[in-house]
Amino acid sequence: MSSIDVHGLTMRFGDTWVLKDLALSVDEGSVTAILGSSGSGKSTLLRCIAGLLRPETGRITIGSTVVLDSGVWVPPERRGIGLVPQEGSLFPHLSVGANVSYGLRGRDHAARVRHLLDLVGLPGTANMRPHELSGGMQQRVAVARALAPSPNVVLLDEPFSALDAGLRDDVRQDVFAAIRATGATAILVTHDQEEAFAVADQVAVMMDTTIAQQAPPAEVYLTPATLDVARFVGDTVVVQASGTGAASATTTFGDLPSQNTTPADATGVLVFRPEDLQIGGESPVLTQAGVTAVSYHGHDTLLAARAGEQDLLIRVLGRQSVTVGDDVTVRVTRPGIFFS
Amino acid sequence: MHRRLTALHLVAAVAALVAVTPLIYLIVRTGSAGWENVWEILARPRTLQLSVASLGLATAVAGTCIAVGVPLAWLLTRTALPGGRLWLVVAALPLAVPSYVAAYTWLAAFPGLQGFVPAWAVLSLVSLPYVVLPVAAVLSQVDPAFDEVARTLGDGPLRSFRRTTAPLLWPAAAAGGLLTALYTLSDFGAVSLLRFDTFTRVIYTSYRAAFDRTSAAVLSLVLVALALVFVLLERAMRGRHQQWRVGAGAARRAERIPLGPWRWPALLGVVALFGLAVAFPSVMLVRLMLQSQRFEADPQAWLTATANTVQAAGVGALVALLLALPIGVLAARHKDRVTKTVESAAFISHALPGVVVGLSLVYLGLSLAPALYQTLAMLGFAYAVLFLSNAIGSIRSATAQVSRNLEDVARTLGDRPTATWWRVTARLSAPGILAGALLVLVTAMKELPATLMLRPTGFETLATEMWTFTTVGSFSQAAPYAFGLVLLAAIPAFVLARLTGRRS
Repeated sequence: MSSIDVHGLTMRFGDTWVLKDLALSVDEGSVTAILGSSGSGKSTLLRCIAGLLRPETGRITIGSTVVLDSGVWVPPERRGIGLVPQEGSLFPHLSVGANVSYGLRGRDHAARVRHLLDLVGLPGTANMRPHELSGGMQQRVAVARALAPSPNVVLLDEPFSALDAGLRDDVRQDVFAAIRATGATAILVTHDQEEAFAVADQVAVMMDTTIAQQAPPAEVYLTPATLDVARFVGDTVVVQASGTGAASATTTFGDLPSQNTTPADATGVLVFRPEDLQIGGESPVLTQAGVTAVSYHGHDTLLAARAGEQDLLIRVLGRQSVTVGDDVTVRVTRPGIFFS
Repeated sequence: MHRRLTALHLVAAVAALVAVTPLIYLIVRTGSAGWENVWEILARPRTLQLSVASLGLATAVAGTCIAVGVPLAWLLTRTALPGGRLWLVVAALPLAVPSYVAAYTWLAAFPGLQGFVPAWAVLSLVSLPYVVLPVAAVLSQVDPAFDEVARTLGDGPLRSFRRTTAPLLWPAAAAGGLLTALYTLSDFGAVSLLRFDTFTRVIYTSYRAAFDRTSAAVLSLVLVALALVFVLLERAMRGRHQQWRVGAGAARRAERIPLGPWRWPALLGVVALFGLAVAFPSVMLVRLMLQSQRFEADPQAWLTATANTVQAAGVGALVALLLALPIGVLAARHKDRVTKTVESAAFISHALPGVVVGLSLVYLGLSLAPALYQTLAMLGFAYAVLFLSNAIGSIRSATAQVSRNLEDVARTLGDRPTATWWRVTARLSAPGILAGALLVLVTAMKELPATLMLRPTGFETLATEMWTFTTVGSFSQAAPYAFGLVLLAAIPAFVLARLTGRRS
């Protein structure tokens, strides 16, 4: 139940920059996903917030407490946070119950342990040993352990990446239901764009040592801040274009609508999502294109097509009777975004 | 990442400093004698003669161990030698016999033995495992696919061995050989009993004669310098060896080569070798034991010596644990320059022969801490200094095996670093830490020269009793003590094997 504010965070390992003047703001009680590819520094950021790493410069505030500033350093044990590491990291020498009560002071935690194990959907497991649990169960216990001392903030470091795809959705849903039930502020580090979109109120896309965009999931997907963000959070159709001074851009397919006003004479690209393109039907027609590949996903079908030198991706609902080599008419259903 | 220094850095640095105190004191002491005196001693023909003898013996033993040990390891791991893997257990047995006990059994059988050749033979036989075991480990881990690929690319069996397997073996063999050379250089008991003058024997003699202490100190420093060269070379080799092993994550074992008509000559050779290295000393020991009149005459002295041995070695293991814990934990968790320095300083103890530590602590005790001179505490400290790097190695690897994530979780759940160590890291690394302490215990029980120099007056251990009787030629009177030594060292060694077995 604390907001988190990160400002000017900078960290180097030797000569390599890992974090560079990074800023992040997390609302009280919200779930924020830090989304980035491996090596983008997202785990480092999490460890800085936890106090497990001490960066060179920057300021971190948790609630009303400054935990990092020049001359200020609060060690992890006094930050009031819970941590859920990648593989759960349950203490192998302790029972499930003793794992959950690890951070509790004083005696007799039986009731609290029972409550937490119920909360994460594992009633009656307190006397089991960690190695007797499946991966998903271990991860649930790790969450119960992190929540036990009633932390204001819970930090999750790719907690679901080691789980089977079938299991992952269930565990993820239960875990975030439990976290939201306590009201704690949560930060989830992940490289999985679908996971970030599914659970987070806010997504912070981390690229090249800094946060490239922080916004609600739909905003990140529909109006990405940069071409790199656009490419990272989903499939893209990138068309060479130049600005017109209005909400459109000039391409080899003529003037196409854009969401943003394009600077006159600026050269750049106009970016669409594959579902912004459709086949058949009426104008505005983009072009005729030859289908080069069809991949069927059940709920939708992704077509790759080529028009002259331009590669296109088109996502259509359900199954279409289109095969490789067919000529299709492609039209645009939503304006693109222009990046110069 | 961890550029800031922690309290652990400070404690570990102090521990390392304590561990190198004997060496520093020896240097200071030597320096105070005046550089002209030091130079005069260094320039004596006797010094050069000793260097040649010591280095010659070390080189001969190391060379023999490599020349015999590498083919032997190959025979034991890669061929269908009758007896199979049982031989690998036998190959480790010489480790249980201290060099001076081996020398004693040979002397008891052939009282006239003395000089270079017996010293070389005895030390080679007891040092063989230092080469055989690591080379056999590599050979049984090397992925046979390397060899198979080489064969399909047109190499014959010998050429393939030379180009694929040998490069993986060489660092292990070289590291083992250097370790052998180091132990030979530090050996006091065997060379003294077999009357071959090396640095250790002459240092001890001039200390006993008590007329030329500067000479003993200077010779000690020369010996340390030589030993340090071997330690550093071995360390460099071992680093490469481990890199190789990581690269060779074998999925399956190589087929054993049928020896055909060669299997009986090969078996004969192996039996003869282990007969000399293992069977002969054992049989001699039992025979001497049966001959011994002393055991029945004075079991009390034997019991006292046994109790004293355990007590002194126990104090040593405890002190070593105290010094090694901060250094081992630091080394496992940090990689900064201070940590590297602390680790290297502690590692120097590996290059200090028992005679040198004994000598330094005698001087130190006499001039700076008379209250500690000839106390159990001082003897325990000597053991700790001598075997510190063993303890550090165990603690370091045991700590490194505990996932840092567990420590991170404990920190975020409200534990300070010390509480985290106690509640999480220590619990999980306890077997490794215990193994480190036991390793020191086993080794310290067999230690001879420092014990002779530092034991309290009238305090006899199994090693000193055995030594006293052997030096006056009372071989059968020495037997119960030698026997007790081997048995006593076998108990913690057994526990140690079980501990390490459970860990892996």
